[in-house]
Formats: sequence, structure tokens, C-alpha cells
Amino acid sequence: MSGVPVDPVYGDGPMPGEYPYTRGIYPDMYRSRLWTMRMFAGFGTAVDTNGRFKDILRNGGTGLSTAFDMPTLMGRDSDDAVWSAGEVGRAGVAVDTLADMEDLFADIDLSAVSTSMTINGPAIVALAQYIAVGDKTGVDRARLSGTIQNDILKEYQAQKEYIFPPRPSMRIVTDMMRFTTAEMPRWHPVSISGYHIREAGSTAAQELGFTLANGFAYVEAARAAGLDVDNFASRLSFFFNSHSDFFEEIGKFRAARRIWATWMKERYGATRERSLLCRFHTQTAGVSLTAQQPEINIARVAIQALAGVLGGTQSLHTDAFDEALALPTEKAARIALRSQQIVAHETGVASVADPLGGSAYVEWMTDEMERRAVEILDHLLELGDGSILEGVYEGIDNGWFVGGIADSAYRFEREVNEGTRTIVGVNAFTDSNDGDDRDANLLRIEQDTEDLQLKRLAAVKQARDGEAVRRALEAVGHAADDPSTNLMPPVIDAVNAYATEGEICDTLAGVFGRYVEQAIV
Amino acid sequence: MAESPEAAGAGREAPIRVVLAKLGLDGHDRGLKVVARMLRDAGMEVIYLGLRQTTESVIAAVEQEDADVIGLSMHNAGHLALAPRILQALADSGLDVPVVIGGIVPEADVATLKELGISAVLHPGASAVEVAEAIRRSVA
Repeated sequence: MSGVPVDPVYGDGPMPGEYPYTRGIYPDMYRSRLWTMRMFAGFGTAVDTNGRFKDILRNGGTGLSTAFDMPTLMGRDSDDAVWSAGEVGRAGVAVDTLADMEDLFADIDLSAVSTSMTINGPAIVALAQYIAVGDKTGVDRARLSGTIQNDILKEYQAQKEYIFPPRPSMRIVTDMMRFTTAEMPRWHPVSISGYHIREAGSTAAQELGFTLANGFAYVEAARAAGLDVDNFASRLSFFFNSHSDFFEEIGKFRAARRIWATWMKERYGATRERSLLCRFHTQTAGVSLTAQQPEINIARVAIQALAGVLGGTQSLHTDAFDEALALPTEKAARIALRSQQIVAHETGVASVADPLGGSAYVEWMTDEMERRAVEILDHLLELGDGSILEGVYEGIDNGWFVGGIADSAYRFEREVNEGTRTIVGVNAFTDSNDGDDRDANLLRIEQDTEDLQLKRLAAVKQARDGEAVRRALEAVGHAADDPSTNLMPPVIDAVNAYATEGEICDTLAGVFGRYVEQAIV
Repeated sequence: MAESPEAAGAGREAPIRVVLAKLGLDGHDRGLKVVARMLRDAGMEVIYLGLRQTTESVIAAVEQEDADVIGLSMHNAGHLALAPRILQALADSGLDVPVVIGGIVPEADVATLKELGISAVLHPGASAVEVAEAIRRSVA
């Protein structure tokens, strides 16, 4: 507060913006541009979420981030009696057909926003629907800007929102990478996500090692599909978790940049600088939030957000304090956004690039995170006979990833139970827990959402040309049968005929099969 | 598997047999896996069905495995829709097996679930002792 002038960066050795980018991907980091405050939203019907999107845009936001409901994430239609009943519109927005995607983005200029869609198993359908909305509203595909998560590998390892087995799923991902590389220069076709690996219980080092392994696996798959590494690598991005162990998290982010740059250059032969940069989004750790004394989560989130910023993140979502109990209320979501604004505008940490660089402890922790992650990468290389991609397939098949994550989750829980790890409000300082009025203001999604969506879907099915749908789905099936055909164009045709997401996924499953996880504890 | 009859509860000769599952599409299985290991450590026999189960597959497992109790994990706000289904299916099959739910359940719904016939509801942060106790009490 004393107004002492500061330089953009301090220290010597490789500086921020210089290879291997340990200290950050830009020379002056947040001095020239703050991180993007990208908040995730989605609930109820497409019309409900469209209202929330317009609020975000009115309040100055330029990035939209879409949360879909469980049936949509799993490729099931809202009227699927076995799987969808009770889950429609509850954990995100329900999107069955192009009509819902049109409602979701109604009156929003797709050439003026960037849209993030968090969906994996049926990502090809969601991207096709988004492209179709652009086509219909006169926005050229080359001008569509955004990210689709589409990181199928971590689904088998952690989040479990898979549909097809790993190999055909990777074919879909590479088809999407080929299509977007050719036609959508502003689109990020995969966001390689450690977030869910961590939420499922991994350690920070496992999050780092598994995520980078998945990243290299996509690089190997794209190269095998004939893409040049320098043509697509710059459009891969990452998504990490920021948990409570402050310096470990910062070390993890710094190590991620160093390993990605070094391996991309030395192992995968990338030559353009942009191909070497590990750009990432960060979200604070949902799993660290406690249902006990929920207001204290505000402090946890602020500290985790600070770690993300000191780690050099490009964008940040801060969790709302009530998320251990339900989807966030508007007030809780606003407090979460305000917390990152305090970090950005009041603390001064954005004035200097990598302000912790050169700290003996932070540099040691960075090296240690790197060492542990490289151990994981080496193990996978061995499993895959020199190929990370094959190693990842093998680790999925033999339960190595899920087993490692479950072991770490159990170790954490035992430490909490035995009291060797303190969680405030859970196993220590619990005296005010009984006074909690925990449900006072929770967001509840009512059953009418499901009824409304079922009516909407029935009306769309009634109005469409059944014969055109049948022909379009047949074409999707033929393309799936022929690995040399790109699946994107026939899937775009099918969504334009108002085929449902469930119908398209069922057609693909008819060729690819469905993945069933081995239930191991 | 660590089997310790003493730990499995007074007055019982055989260890408690627990079927653990998640109904529907919800993929959050961290909690259920941790609970599976907690209950094994407490001397119970765990039949772990895991993800994407239906009421039918759970009932079939209970019959086949002669289970004493069902533990369901729910994190997607589907508990009020799913609980009546499993209870109805149990009744239709003539099975008298208690059901314990763990996961994210608002306090206000706990009474409703208990009125429906759910034996116990465990919240996030429940300790290993509390989880094992809830299972033991449900079969007592």
C-alpha cells in the first residue's frame, strides 16, 4: 500500500516467457493481462441456462462455460426410462437435440463469445450441435471460438463418464482434432484434465503425471492420424485442480510447464514456441469443501485460488462455499467470483511475474513434483513398450490408474479418521457444527424441469422428418465402420436432421460397443 | 480380506454381508470405494457392484449373495427419485433388507428418506466408526 515501484520480474536464469517456461508462459504474466475469470454454469432446461448466460454477458463476461446434466454427459436422452428418470436437468442443463442447443444460445452472438463445453463421451455430438447453431445463425465455423473438454482418457481413470471402449473413443477424438485443425482455427478440441483425477482422490503428483501422460497420448494419437505436431499442439490446453497444500500446488503448476515444454521439444520434435506452452485452466478443489461449517469454505477457496495464480494459471474458476451441499446459489457463486477479484486487484500478487521464483523451497518442490511425475511417465512408457499412448491403454485395462487413485483416496481418509491429518470442522474445531443451518438457502431443482424437457423432446420428435433421421443415422453407422472416414460430417448431418444425442450414441455403440468398467475396490 | 467376527458386531456369528452400489448415471465413486475398504477393515464382507447399477441388478445381487444390508451412494440429487424405487423393488421381491444411503443429501430430505423406509443417511465427513456403526444398527 506504500506505492513502492516494482519491476515486472525478479531473479536470473530462464525467465518467465523463456524455455522451459517453469516460471510462466508470458514474460510479464498478469501485468499485461489478468487471468480469465471463467465461471461454470448450467441447470434445468436450455431456456433456464440461456437466462444465466445472458446475465453473465450483461455483467461483462465474455466466456461462457456449460455444465450438462448426467443423461446428456452419458449420451442418454431425457426420455430414457431406465437411465434418465430423476436426473434430467439436475446437475446441469439437459440437451437432447439441436433444438435444445438453439435454445441454449438463443440471442447470443457466437462470433462474439468463447464457449467452453464440459462434455466427453458424447463430445462429438455437442460440438456438431454447436457448429450447427453457428451455421444456422450465419457464424462461419472458422469464427467459432471455444473449448470442448473431450478428454476421454481421464474418464476411464477417474470421472467415469465414458460410453465406448478406449480405442474407438480415441478414434472419435482424433477425428475431432483433424476436423477442427482443418476448419476451426479458434477451437480447442481437447482440454486435458487433471481436475477429475484429483477429485477422485489422487495425490498432486499423480494428478500431474497422469494428466501429462494423457496429453502425450493425444499427441501420439494425432501424429498417428497424420497430423503434424506443430499444427495442432498449440490448441491443446490443460485443466488442473488447486487443492489446499499451498506450495505443493504451486510446485505442481510450475513442473507441469517445464515437463510439457521439454518433452514436446525433445521427444515429440515440436519446433514452434506455441507448441511448447502448457496453457491451463484451474479450478479450486471441490472435494476439499466441507459440509460442516460451510462458510469456512470461502477461506479455503481463496487460498487455493491464490495458489493457482501464483502457479501462473491462464483462467480460474473458484468454487462456491455451498457446493458440498448442492449446486451453488447465485449469492455463493458471486462470493466465489469476488474472491478471485480480491486476489487480482487488492493483493498485488499480479504485479510481478512468478513472484515466488527463486525461493529455495518453491524451486525444490517444483523439482520434486517433476521427479515424481516423470517416474509415472517412465512407468507408462515401459508398460507401452516405448509408447505413452499404449501405456495409458494398458494402465486403463489393468486397473493401474483406478487402483492408484483409490489407494491415495483411502490413505487420505484414514489419515483424517486417525487424526494425523487435520480438516477444520471435520475432525478438529467442530464445536459449532451443531449450530449449522446447512440447508437454509440451497438451490433445489424441481421435478417440473424433467416434465418440461420430456414435453420439449416429444414435440421435436413429432415435428422432424423420421425418414431423414433414419438415413442420417445410417450414414453415421457407415462412417463408424470405416476408420478412414471422419465422423464429424455425418454427425453434423444427423444433428441437423434433429436426431437425438441418444440416437447418435446408440448408433455409434452399435459399431463400437459400450465400455463396462471392472468393479474393483 | 480381513475377517474378524468380533469386530463384525455382537450377537452375530457370521460377518455382515453388505452390497455396495451406485444407482443410475452418477459417476462419483470415490466415497463408495473408501466406504468399501472401511467396512472390510471393520470385518464385514463387501459385495462391491460399483457404478451404473439398476434396482434390478442390486436386487439380484442381494438375492444371489444373501446380503444383510444395501449401501447406496448418491451425489447427484437423485435420492428422492431413486430411494422409493429401490424400496418398492425390495418389497416386490419380498426381501426384508435394510437400505443405508451415503452422500450429498440435504438435511431437510433426511426425514423424508427415513419416512420412506431408509434405515440411515450418512453425510460427507462421516468417520469409519460412524459408517460401520450405521450398518450394524441397520441389521440389528
